[in-house]
Amino acid sequence: MKVEITVNGERTSADVEPRQLLAHYVRDTVGLKATNIGCDTTSCGACTVLLDGEAVKSCTVLSVQADQQSVTTMEGLDGAGDGRPEHPVTKAFHAEHGLQCGFCTPGMVMSAVSLISHDSDLDERKVREGLEGNLCRCTGYHNIVRAVLVAAGKDPDAEQKAEAESDALRTAPGFSRGEAGA
Amino acid sequence: MSILGTRVVRTEDPVFLTRGATYTDDLTDERLTGALHLTLVRSPLAHATITSIDTSAALDSPGVVAVVTGADLDIAPALLFPGANKAMTRPFLATDRVRFVGEPVAAVLTEEFYQGEDAAELVDVEYEPLPVVIDPLAAANDETLLFPEAGTNTAAAYGHDSEPDADFFAGCEVVVTRDLVNQRLAAAPLETRAASAFWEGDHLTVYMSNQNAQGGRDEVAGWLGLDKDKVRVILPDVGGGFGAKIGSDPEFALVAWLARQQGRPVRWNESRSENMTGMVQGRAQRQTVTIGGSRDGRVTHYRLDVVQDLGAYPRLGTFLPMFTRMMAPGTYDIANVDSRARAVVTNTTSIAAYRGAGRPEATAAVERAMDLFAAEIGMDPAQVRRLNVVAPEKFPFQTKGGVEYDSGEYAKALDLALAESGYERLRAEQKARRERGDVRQLGIGVSSYVEITGGGAYAEDASVQVHPDGTVTVLTGTSPHGQGHATAWAMLASEQLGIAIDKITVRHGDTDLVPRGGGTMGSRSLQTGGVAVHQASGELVDLAKQRAAELLEASVDDLELDPANAAITVAGVPGKSVTLAELASREELKVDTTWDGQKPTFPFGAHVCVVEVDTESGKVTVERIVAVDDAGPILNPLLCDGQRHGGIAQGIAQALLEEVMYDEEGQPLTGTFADYGIPSAAELPSFDLVEMTTPTPVNPMGYKGIGEAGTIGSTPATQSAVIDALSHLGVTHIDMPLTPLRVWEAIQEASK
Amino acid sequence: MIPLAFDYARPDTLDDAIALLAEKGEDASVLAGGHSLIPVMKVRLGAPEFLIDIGRLSELSCITLDEAAGEVAVGAGTKHRDVVDSELLAAEVPLLPAVARTVGDPQIRARGTLGGTLAHADPAADLPAAALALDATVVLQGPRGKRTVPIGEFYTGVFSTVREPDELIVEVRFPRSGDKGWAYEKFTRRSNDWAIVAVAVSDDRIGLVNMGSTALRATATEQALAEGRSIAEAASLAAEGTEPPSDTHGTPAYRTHLVQVLTRRALETSRGGR
Repeated sequence: MKVEITVNGERTSADVEPRQLLAHYVRDTVGLKATNIGCDTTSCGACTVLLDGEAVKSCTVLSVQADQQSVTTMEGLDGAGDGRPEHPVTKAFHAEHGLQCGFCTPGMVMSAVSLISHDSDLDERKVREGLEGNLCRCTGYHNIVRAVLVAAGKDPDAEQKAEAESDALRTAPGFSRGEAGA
Repeated sequence: MSILGTRVVRTEDPVFLTRGATYTDDLTDERLTGALHLTLVRSPLAHATITSIDTSAALDSPGVVAVVTGADLDIAPALLFPGANKAMTRPFLATDRVRFVGEPVAAVLTEEFYQGEDAAELVDVEYEPLPVVIDPLAAANDETLLFPEAGTNTAAAYGHDSEPDADFFAGCEVVVTRDLVNQRLAAAPLETRAASAFWEGDHLTVYMSNQNAQGGRDEVAGWLGLDKDKVRVILPDVGGGFGAKIGSDPEFALVAWLARQQGRPVRWNESRSENMTGMVQGRAQRQTVTIGGSRDGRVTHYRLDVVQDLGAYPRLGTFLPMFTRMMAPGTYDIANVDSRARAVVTNTTSIAAYRGAGRPEATAAVERAMDLFAAEIGMDPAQVRRLNVVAPEKFPFQTKGGVEYDSGEYAKALDLALAESGYERLRAEQKARRERGDVRQLGIGVSSYVEITGGGAYAEDASVQVHPDGTVTVLTGTSPHGQGHATAWAMLASEQLGIAIDKITVRHGDTDLVPRGGGTMGSRSLQTGGVAVHQASGELVDLAKQRAAELLEASVDDLELDPANAAITVAGVPGKSVTLAELASREELKVDTTWDGQKPTFPFGAHVCVVEVDTESGKVTVERIVAVDDAGPILNPLLCDGQRHGGIAQGIAQALLEEVMYDEEGQPLTGTFADYGIPSAAELPSFDLVEMTTPTPVNPMGYKGIGEAGTIGSTPATQSAVIDALSHLGVTHIDMPLTPLRVWEAIQEASK
Repeated sequence: MIPLAFDYARPDTLDDAIALLAEKGEDASVLAGGHSLIPVMKVRLGAPEFLIDIGRLSELSCITLDEAAGEVAVGAGTKHRDVVDSELLAAEVPLLPAVARTVGDPQIRARGTLGGTLAHADPAADLPAAALALDATVVLQGPRGKRTVPIGEFYTGVFSTVREPDELIVEVRFPRSGDKGWAYEKFTRRSNDWAIVAVAVSDDRIGLVNMGSTALRATATEQALAEGRSIAEAASLAAEGTEPPSDTHGTPAYRTHLVQVLTRRALETSRGGR
């Protein structure tokens, strides 16, 4: 089946099997290898890309579903073509040591880009919950959270301090993920 | 100002954050063009005989080039750990019997990757089920044997040559004993296993995702019966290892064998579902601790009995109890220590190293024992620890575990952690919550730990070469998979040579470039490979001085390095100098050296964990973790803290979330990331790190290892905190992981 | 892991989709966001021969207030993210966006749809229980036209509903409940795990997640509340008539306990200050 997908601003097209996963379109058909696949169950988020601007897990989207749509991978961010991490998110990941082995990084970065675009007033708790769909096995998330706060224009030291203090005094009901109402 | 000890951001990152790292499955090496894709057919049963394999339907499937079974192979089953029972060998594809779910049974080679999974489903294997043994304690009874020809499930036994002394605890006022589970964990690096191989004549090249190219080469060569110099192993970027990528996997040798058989390159990249049964796992110890002492808090006797689950085929897991026994007494000065261990096979995935590899198990055991002892005599657990840790003046300290601790200030680490946590205030808050019967109880857990790094492999080579253009190449036998060696080793060379780190390239993980090397494991890199780079760089400056002496017509003794210009100058004579680059343009300027520390080092620390436990639901929330991790002087705090963060997260995960589980038939219950409990950012707090620096005399830089410390300290602190939160309800112990279900059940049990 | 091969079509209109579904019959599956279906196909627990992609039918993706009926109509193709972000829903059916906010993770919410999760009928899913608490009505459309099914009659068992193979969920209608108390108590180990147990409350209706083969109502608790019994007493009846599953996260006994705790907390929240 023929699909046309704009990837990082470039029009691409190919004849693909309907079952082809978008992650494999990006990696194998287009040949952009930054996007990784880390699981089979839509759990780890290593394959996260932007599809028409929204972070999605490209292992759980068919290429045919993305036909006539636009995909952005980490290779499409500012400075990537020149090998310079100049996008606010990649820049902050570099400065804050928000990556170690690098495998989760492309997906984590794209989730962070999407998170920041949806919320102009992030704090530590919101960043942690906003990254719930991306697993990292190396960093313990400490520096990833800092990097995302920096990219969102926040002072990570102040945010971490505020979160630590709010935890100590937490009075919200229960620990189940309750949503308060009425 | 020295670059050492400063926060230098990683030189690796610009590539990693733009086009991405290049992992094994990303390779575009033209010699892999036209590679066949390997898909493995894996056993769905934990223990069975294979009665027939019909490959005909698979052979007719689109794109299938070959289907290979064990009968086609001409490589002998291999003993994967030399010290294990010699009968416990693993075939590269199972022939007559399968011993765990996920064991490879047939190899399907297809033109396209998508075709492999379709064809693999069509390989028809008939099995005759055999009785399954999952529990290592049951396996030790030898009722169901995995290797009938071995006559036993015990692959190795340590300290079992004599019967335990029945009167060992005779003089103790207080004796407490407890069975513990140190559960099976999946290392779960985000990059699964991958390999690709091609042949050029009789010369084999294998790309693999691994922590040690040289070890991988030796194993592949040995299994395939090749000369080592006919095998080149290259490690591209590696997406995490955590111990599970030490040494080659049988699958890697199979990839190489298939490439030779087919006369075409072969690629293999496993799925996560395969990884969760096929990749080695860690921990998996059943322990019995017994601790004895006096009511004033003095611990005088400690005994540890270990049954190590090895999984189906003995691998590095066979070694883990040796580390566990060695580190059994932990930071404590205990007069009488006794330990023994037995390592047994079961119908499960093989056990090997996972971050800490034997030491977290030792620490969890002795820390739990200290808590039980403290509870029994009614003393604050921090105070019991303070009374029993090895005093600073006793170093070097010969332990009852049979090793010599190099340096340590254990009480100081403990006090620093307690002070940072506001321990007294936390205890007051805990008391208040108990008094008002709060649903959310506060728990405070304290751990004191010491571990061994660079254990067993003390030497490492390094090569440093200055090029005529002023750039530098460093070769190392250590092998990063996220740790940042390219930055750290460049810092060490830069410090000595006066050449900026952006001109220094660190190369590793290629056996043609670096024929000898121990890889990166056991937190060994800095104190071995790093010190070797430091030494090589110093030797290179000495060599440059000798060369410059002639050129500058000066005595070597009058020469010095001008670090601002990367030049050798005559002391006190401005302008009389020659740069290292100029020297290199005259004659190759290169040093190869070997550093051998001859001893391991013993980093240590203390962690305090604060949790809230919802006593109605059993849910635990980690509020805070304070970590004092002393690994000697810090080369790069950014990298060091990153190691601590990652270790702490994995340690908390063991305490609260992760466990590889099987049902009674040996079917995995945690075979995907949807089931296996790796924490996300939302389950963890930020971490509170406290600095402390006690150098080791073992190497000139004073460096110890930091890769595993966080894991070792945080697990017992977290487990202890949860139990502490519930101690007033009568809860004295909960096995890990402390899931809401387990916590709730413990509360129910205690209230009966 | 990748799905078995299949054929695929993306009809341009709802009518075309329904016609195609009638033609292909039981060999076809409907693909909306694909976040229930594709994972099942990847592990090869499902292997439809034909996928009909309705993910881009704009007529299925809208949230509108029907003043006359006193309902908010949500198109079946509305993504969880759009439910979360809807100001109309926040005002008129506030429980719904709050529950949708807890589904999966941000990437999953960007693709998964309301109709998809209701049709998939996973007893551990969040939104079926919320729909029960909200007294929703499911609108199905097939070659024989449209029909409406109260959510309480929609589920027949694990992964099964009264939807015929040639029918689509096109819309879900929720009575306005903006002036009613509500709460959602979801208990998980990890933030993006499926609920071990969850409880959705809207006014006097209570929906339970993962307490049986389908989403359930806590009828005994509702009855006790109607009789004027205390929250604590009523909540202690929350497990009546349920058949909680057993898995690595919870025994039936644990779930039986948990549902009472969560129901009490949810009621305390929803009735707080009222």
